[in-house]
Amino acid sequence: MNNLVNEKTLVELSTLAALPFEPEKSKATLDALNEVLALVGQMQSLDVSNVRPLAHPLERHQSLRADAVTETVDPDALSQNAPHYEAGLYFVPKVIE
Amino acid sequence: MSIPAGWQIDIGLEIHAQLNTQSKIFSGASTRFGQSANSQACAIDLGMPGVLPSVNAEVFVKAVQFGLSIGALINQESRFDRKNYFYPDLPKGYQITQMDHPIVLGGKITIETLDGTEKMIRVTRAHLEEDAGKSIHDFKPGYTGIDLNRAGTPLLEIVSEPDIKNAAEAVAYAKAIHQLLTYLEVCDGNMAEGSLRFDANISVRRQDAETLGTRSEIKNLNSFRFLEQAIHFETERQISVLEAGGTLVQDTRLFDPDRHETRSMRSKETATDYRYFPEPDLLPVMLTAEFIENIQAQLPELPGERAQRYQTAHELSASDAALLSQDRRLGDYFDQVLTSSSNAKSAANWVRGDLLSKLNEHDLSITACPISPKNLGEMIQLIDQGVISGKIAKEVFAALWSQQTESASDYVQKNQLEQVSDASAIEPLIDALIAENPKQAADLRAGKDKLMGFFVGKVMQATQGKANPKQVNDLIRKKLSEP
Repeated sequence: MNNLVNEKTLVELSTLAALPFEPEKSKATLDALNEVLALVGQMQSLDVSNVRPLAHPLERHQSLRADAVTETVDPDALSQNAPHYEAGLYFVPKVIE
Repeated sequence: MSIPAGWQIDIGLEIHAQLNTQSKIFSGASTRFGQSANSQACAIDLGMPGVLPSVNAEVFVKAVQFGLSIGALINQESRFDRKNYFYPDLPKGYQITQMDHPIVLGGKITIETLDGTEKMIRVTRAHLEEDAGKSIHDFKPGYTGIDLNRAGTPLLEIVSEPDIKNAAEAVAYAKAIHQLLTYLEVCDGNMAEGSLRFDANISVRRQDAETLGTRSEIKNLNSFRFLEQAIHFETERQISVLEAGGTLVQDTRLFDPDRHETRSMRSKETATDYRYFPEPDLLPVMLTAEFIENIQAQLPELPGERAQRYQTAHELSASDAALLSQDRRLGDYFDQVLTSSSNAKSAANWVRGDLLSKLNEHDLSITACPISPKNLGEMIQLIDQGVISGKIAKEVFAALWSQQTESASDYVQKNQLEQVSDASAIEPLIDALIAENPKQAADLRAGKDKLMGFFVGKVMQATQGKANPKQVNDLIRKKLSEP
């Protein structure tokens, strides 16, 4: 089986997903990912040139709602599981790009 | 700044316009600006576990209005996608946007270039998406505060082709979009509140180069002035790098108006991979042909068409026509004035001059104007019929403005301001004036025409402005030519 994902890609994916990279689990994770990708590769061998890409498994369309304010917001309740909420604001360690 | 010889610039703009809906694009929370922090971010906007988005129909109405106005193709079936990135003001960890199947495809905007000619800027697409929250970096040392009230506010992102060739064209294009969005009343256009924000994709190339140069994207410009400045600084930077023999890297930059520079935020190598995929929580949106036709049928006369009509049907000058059609409500007001007065030129002068300066002075919009268009039209008609003089009209205008009267004709009648056009009432005044000022009369008779103003002025004074200056003029000439 060709290894489609290598460790370098795995590190990149961890960064993008904001998940910690754990070197000791690297091999197991790579094997699992490559197994999934091999399955994808098998599916890609099918000729789907005449099949419309599927956007959603349901053959239906989105229903739309009228533009009206229906939500009442209780910031005190909603902020209860925030680690740091003060003076109406959520606080995180300083981020500046 | 002029472009250095031997170089050309290519600019494409991405304009984020907040659509002025009552509620958010995917939730029923209010979009009202300026409320206390986090008081308008509901569980859906916060991305709480288990919540599902529901789509606001009005955002499609507004996007379709815009699309039809620029001659674009409306995608009857459009879809939402997830754009994944991590930033504290994006609570879900992804933004719902439209990647592969945007609602609006193509279209064009006409601008006026520096030399006064018209130029077409092609619009690539416009798609719907949700806005992020706001980060506040200076509230608490060492921390960033997050206000999520803006999270979920509907945005229409309008993307242009790189048809823009200098900063002036970029500003003209951005202003044309701003005007169209506010004219259609799909966006309030309030730049100070961030209702319109620009990203500029800028690249430079040698005059004879056939392909576009390496581009930089300048993010989040929130005024026309910053847009113009950022383009100047960025093109200068790129040209100086290339002229020094350097190479450019594709990157995303921030404009710092205080330091007059653009700064790199991230390069292509470190660019975020947004890992777009179809939004599983939302089905494709299908608009019926009837839905689109209804919007087309209700589309107002657009600024360009209106200006054209003013010039052809009402013979207004190009500048009057442009001014009166730039704001939809002002144009509507002017059209109503014309229903009670057929003198379009005079109506344009009154609206453009006295009315707009009064409105500006009192910081009022045309919709809050104390003078109804019917009353203004009637007043203009009174001038045209010779009932009142232009001078008296100023007084009537002031009375209408301060709402001292129900109508122009009432005020004129009550205050007996009708123009005195009865020659027999004016002739004795002229006789007396000539008798009192024999030298001036002789000089005028001898051809010193400047003195006409003196005599007309005296008669106007004596009649408290109620005489018709032209008639007075004629009568004086007649009197002086009498043997």
